[in-house]
Amino acid sequence: MMNRRDFCKKTMIVAGGLVIPLAALEVFNPKRLLAEKSGSDDKSNVRWVFLVDIHKCVGCGFCVKACKVENEVPYDANVTRTWVERYVVTKDGQTAIDSPRGAKDGFTTQKIDQGHLGDKEIDPASIAKAFFVPKLCNQCDNPACVQVCPVGATYQTGDGIVLVDRSWCIGCGYCVMGCPYGVRFFHPVYHVAEKCNFCYHRITKGMKPACVDACPFGARKIGNIRDPEDPVSRIITSEQVNVLKEEFGTKPQVFYLGLSREVK
Amino acid sequence: MVHGEAWTIKELFVYPNEYIYWSIQIVMYPFMTGLVAGAFVLSSLYHVFGVKQLKEIARFSLVFSLALLPVAMLPLLLHLQQPQRGIYVMMTPHFTSAIAAFGIVFTTYGMIVISEIWFVYRRFIVETVLELRSKQRRGNVESAQFFLYSLLAMGAMDLSPEAIHKDERAVGILAGIGIPVACFLHGYAGFIFGSVKANALWMTPLMPVIFICSAVVSGVALCIVTYIIAMEIRKQISAWKRKNDPRLPSNEELRSAEIQTVTLTSKYLLMFMVLAITLELLDLIFRNYTAVKSWDILRSVIYEKDFFKIFVLQYGFGNVLPFIIFLLPGLTIRRALVGSLLVLMGVFMMRWNVVIGGQAFSASFSGFMEYRLPIWPNSLETLKEGLFGALAVIITPFVLFFLVTRVLPVFGVKDTH
Repeated sequence: MMNRRDFCKKTMIVAGGLVIPLAALEVFNPKRLLAEKSGSDDKSNVRWVFLVDIHKCVGCGFCVKACKVENEVPYDANVTRTWVERYVVTKDGQTAIDSPRGAKDGFTTQKIDQGHLGDKEIDPASIAKAFFVPKLCNQCDNPACVQVCPVGATYQTGDGIVLVDRSWCIGCGYCVMGCPYGVRFFHPVYHVAEKCNFCYHRITKGMKPACVDACPFGARKIGNIRDPEDPVSRIITSEQVNVLKEEFGTKPQVFYLGLSREVK
Repeated sequence: MVHGEAWTIKELFVYPNEYIYWSIQIVMYPFMTGLVAGAFVLSSLYHVFGVKQLKEIARFSLVFSLALLPVAMLPLLLHLQQPQRGIYVMMTPHFTSAIAAFGIVFTTYGMIVISEIWFVYRRFIVETVLELRSKQRRGNVESAQFFLYSLLAMGAMDLSPEAIHKDERAVGILAGIGIPVACFLHGYAGFIFGSVKANALWMTPLMPVIFICSAVVSGVALCIVTYIIAMEIRKQISAWKRKNDPRLPSNEELRSAEIQTVTLTSKYLLMFMVLAITLELLDLIFRNYTAVKSWDILRSVIYEKDFFKIFVLQYGFGNVLPFIIFLLPGLTIRRALVGSLLVLMGVFMMRWNVVIGGQAFSASFSGFMEYRLPIWPNSLETLKEGLFGALAVIITPFVLFFLVTRVLPVFGVKDTH
């Protein structure tokens, strides 16, 4: 038979024992945390989007160079937040693609870089079409990388940008695997996940991303899709734009003008 | 150098940031958790389903699954870029991620295994305590043993038939709960891969099921191998001891018990192997038949680049050959050993072909990546994620098993159950 004192004691122990593990399970919600800190939330009237005009890109690589310098990604490291791809389609329907070192120094030769197979020469007379495609993070509306992060170190802000908390990333690489666009990598210095964030430190202060400022031809533009008067959002809503790899359901927010079906 | 650059060779067009980020340790992770889950399922066959002939190997595989348990976590820690932050997975789990459940599933499973072992060994522990207590004089070692076993007994010294019966029921219940949890522990490792929509090879709902089946196969095979080796050592020791004490079991007696256990266990091995291969082939045939966008690049990886690894090593030497070895009449210990070792190799190759094979092609579907396992380390990275890191992960469970069996012997114990 249990007396009252024992009963009270045991109840306390059980309740205490239950509370401790439950307290540890409180779900970490980075979005809420950020909202509490900065006051921004889902209802914010800014949603950053990007517009790339493929017709205007010449493959100079100034954007890549500017990005690396601005965001302190070591210049000689073979990773980059943004890069430019070259597509050469020959008359027989073959497509050759390359992006030597992300094209940080542009495309200095007509030969196509084939990795360890060396360079491939293409007869200029056989070329049907050729173009350049700049790539960067799509700041997806349904980001796979945010979904798979086991610790919530990567999160989406109210204005749509996916960020990484360098002090919390454990470096498991799940987000790198989860991104269909290959925009994520491990930072060679900090050894945590790294990605393009549209230069969040600049755009939130009214400046433009480094790559947009560096592009001499206006091939890269940033805008706010929630502002109907924004020139970029006017193009996106009124012209024939396309996005990359829609089939993954990530709802990418980088729009392309003149996107060809060969683009991977 | 960028992480992954040291062992990745790119061919044709690969996105600039793509490397083989998940390397050998991520091959080891499902392989080791598979062994844990498989060993536990084998021990449960006896404890839950009452397959009496497996009594000997049941206790053995239970203790072995305890020794393997910490090793399921080791490859993950060796793989993390920030291993000191690994604990964050438990502190701030982000539950939309498959990895976030790891801490919870893993600790649940660990607690089940440890408590089951405690109930199985309680009688042995108490008897040891009583025996040591009755001694007039205890040496240093015996005092330490007395202290350790008293601690392990946790004050539960009752050896009455009712208490023993309670122990038995507890073992049955824990083993029963343990089976789904073990399957979950491993099936969820399959889910980690199967749910990556960005990876054409990994993304299939069959992945968790395939992982569970091959886990049981590998766990059983490892138990057979370790059991045979342990029995060989035991025979050597008993032959040496029999010189002084002829009452001990002779080598012939030991051998006949051994071959019986091994034959029966190998039947379960084959059963799960048929299941695993069926599912794997179903997956392959389905991909072949539906031939969606990614099939072009997958075909060149499966049938060309990785042909030797998939069809020769995994299916040929890892599945077909052991099948023949086990099914031919008159199974001998030596043949069972060879067969089980081949099965283990086959399952390892399966993990390899999934993890590394899934990164053998670019997400652009226009290029390939080749993995070169770092042999001689020239940096911390190539040490951790190279041959030596993998070897450390393989050796650790055997060292732990040796240490655990110093305290909780697996042979010749009158256990509770």
